[in-house]
Amino acid sequence: MFYREVGQFKTSYAADQAIFPIRQDRIGLALILAVAFIGIPLVGGEFMIASVMIPFLVLALAAIGLNILIGYTGLISLGTGAFMGVGAYACYKLSTLFPQVNIIVWIIASGLVSCAVGVLFGLPSLRIKGFYLAIATLAAQFFLQWCFVRVGWLYNNNPSGAIEVPLHTLFGIPITGATAKPLTRYYVVLTIVVVMTWFASNLVHGRIGRNWMAVRDMDIAAQLMGIRLLPAKLLAFAVSSFYAGVAGALMVFLWLGAAEPEAFNINESFVLLFMVIIGGLGSLIGAFFGAALIHILPIIVRTAPDALGLSIGSATAEHLTYIITGGLILFFLIVEPHGLARLWQIAKQKLRVWPFPY
Amino acid sequence: MHLLYQIFIDPFMQMGQAPDLLVQTLWEGLVGGVLYALIALGFVLIFKASGVFNFAQGIMMVFAALTLVGLYEKGVPAPLALLLAIGVMYLLALGVERVVLRPLVNQPDIMLFMATFGLTYILIGAGQLVFGGDPKEMPVAALGLPKGAIDLKILGGLVSLQKIDIAAAIIASIMVAGLAVFFQKTRIGRALRAVADDHQAALSVGISLNQIWVIVWFTAGIVALATGIMWGARSDVSFALQVISLKALPVLILGGFTSVPGAIVGGLIIGIGEKLGEFYWGPLVGGGIESWLAYAIALAFLLFKPEGLFGEKIIERI
Repeated sequence: MFYREVGQFKTSYAADQAIFPIRQDRIGLALILAVAFIGIPLVGGEFMIASVMIPFLVLALAAIGLNILIGYTGLISLGTGAFMGVGAYACYKLSTLFPQVNIIVWIIASGLVSCAVGVLFGLPSLRIKGFYLAIATLAAQFFLQWCFVRVGWLYNNNPSGAIEVPLHTLFGIPITGATAKPLTRYYVVLTIVVVMTWFASNLVHGRIGRNWMAVRDMDIAAQLMGIRLLPAKLLAFAVSSFYAGVAGALMVFLWLGAAEPEAFNINESFVLLFMVIIGGLGSLIGAFFGAALIHILPIIVRTAPDALGLSIGSATAEHLTYIITGGLILFFLIVEPHGLARLWQIAKQKLRVWPFPY
Repeated sequence: MHLLYQIFIDPFMQMGQAPDLLVQTLWEGLVGGVLYALIALGFVLIFKASGVFNFAQGIMMVFAALTLVGLYEKGVPAPLALLLAIGVMYLLALGVERVVLRPLVNQPDIMLFMATFGLTYILIGAGQLVFGGDPKEMPVAALGLPKGAIDLKILGGLVSLQKIDIAAAIIASIMVAGLAVFFQKTRIGRALRAVADDHQAALSVGISLNQIWVIVWFTAGIVALATGIMWGARSDVSFALQVISLKALPVLILGGFTSVPGAIVGGLIIGIGEKLGEFYWGPLVGGGIESWLAYAIALAFLLFKPEGLFGEKIIERI
């Protein structure tokens, strides 16, 4: 009743092929964008914007990248954290070498650097499959992380070994560095994430996305149907690492402000994998759900005992966070193995047939 | 030219000039390899019988060792603590089967993989909550393990062999032999192999999947406990040890997920290759290459044998 597409006739091919063919979807999307661009800046405080929304958007972007690889192409990767690192270090290097160029250009360019590295490490995927590939991508994770520590050129031989973000402006307004306001940074991140999500959505709904899904479902069958595996798999690696690279650059430049090699360690890769799986494999909206759940959950667990008036030590709280996170992962896998995106689909079906049960 | 010399000639010259150092390096690599092989063995056991890629194996190792040490520190005599730790691993196997495996049966592999991640988090949290996060010392003497080193005078130099390493190698061999006999000769072992071949066929001849899973996870738990004791004796018992389980993953892909001999051979190749590479070639690039060299070695092998050295041949049908 609330979500009924009856009576919405499509009179052209363009309308039929649209990403959002249903009017309610378009309205819903417009509402979400309105909330993100206007609502949250109005009601959200500094903490809300700087520590909840920006990380959420950055992580969601990386999760979209990983989802393209795992959910759409069926190639398991455990090296996303390192590819984010490649983006971050490339952006740092490029922006310190050529400080006069607009930082947005370098953020996109660092995605391209990460893309090239991703293709290089994606090459084994042509011969290695499944969990063997997953472990092979760990080679990328450890090798790149070693580079971040040992290759001094990457961090300009900074004695602390960390990279620090200098001040950059866009239209005269500081967007990176210490003086940038959270709200400005939020708008920059939000715009990039929206544009890149729109791009990914077009990609996965088009011919390339269909190729990927065919490869995911059975690569030999896809090959027999005339899909060339080499370009399809490498393109998936390229796009995925591009997203990861941009997310990494955003993470350091617009969220953290400085980073050490440890920020891109294997735990980061695992956390992103959680987001993709819990959000839903092969679903863009799932990436956002997953990022929201995994990022916000620890914040809630940390603040909940205080809110309830219980006082537990910070160490105990940390251990409890581990147990609760692990338990929730198990819970979600058992209750809804297809992820939160599936819950959203079920909800839409319920809205469609309401008030009848089916 | 100089670079080529440094890569291809100089390390071998060094080996020739100081054979005692080479033997020492080989020995350390061998021992490391045996211990990697033990962790990989736990992975292989579970993967064979339930098709689960058990990421939690590393943390099971730490958890088992921590239970043992934690109980010992609370005043429980060492042998009793050992028994209790085995009991805890049994309870863990029961719990995992009941809570994780049974509801998730027949789900795609990656779901079960993620479930073991969840398990890892729970075990990390629970272990730290109960026993505390600071490193603990393994009661080597109380467990009846030897301490100290034997110095051998060979090849014009001294080679020092830690007794605990020798004990580790012996225990590992006994365990592998025992597992081989268990798999080949006993009734339960045959049932395990039947389950590994085909879950449904095994069910249809009256083998209880649930029971077999408990047994397999319990066996993997015991392997984890033994590994944990060995690693714990070499360094302290702490959660930093779980990093070692990441080192066991290249061993696993090198040897093949389903092969017990593969785990052993893979472990030795990785262990020795890693130590030689770090010692002779590491200084060229600034050291610290141990973190990824194992993966590079495994990857090089995989490009020629995508299912690992001893893995089952992958046959794909449309």
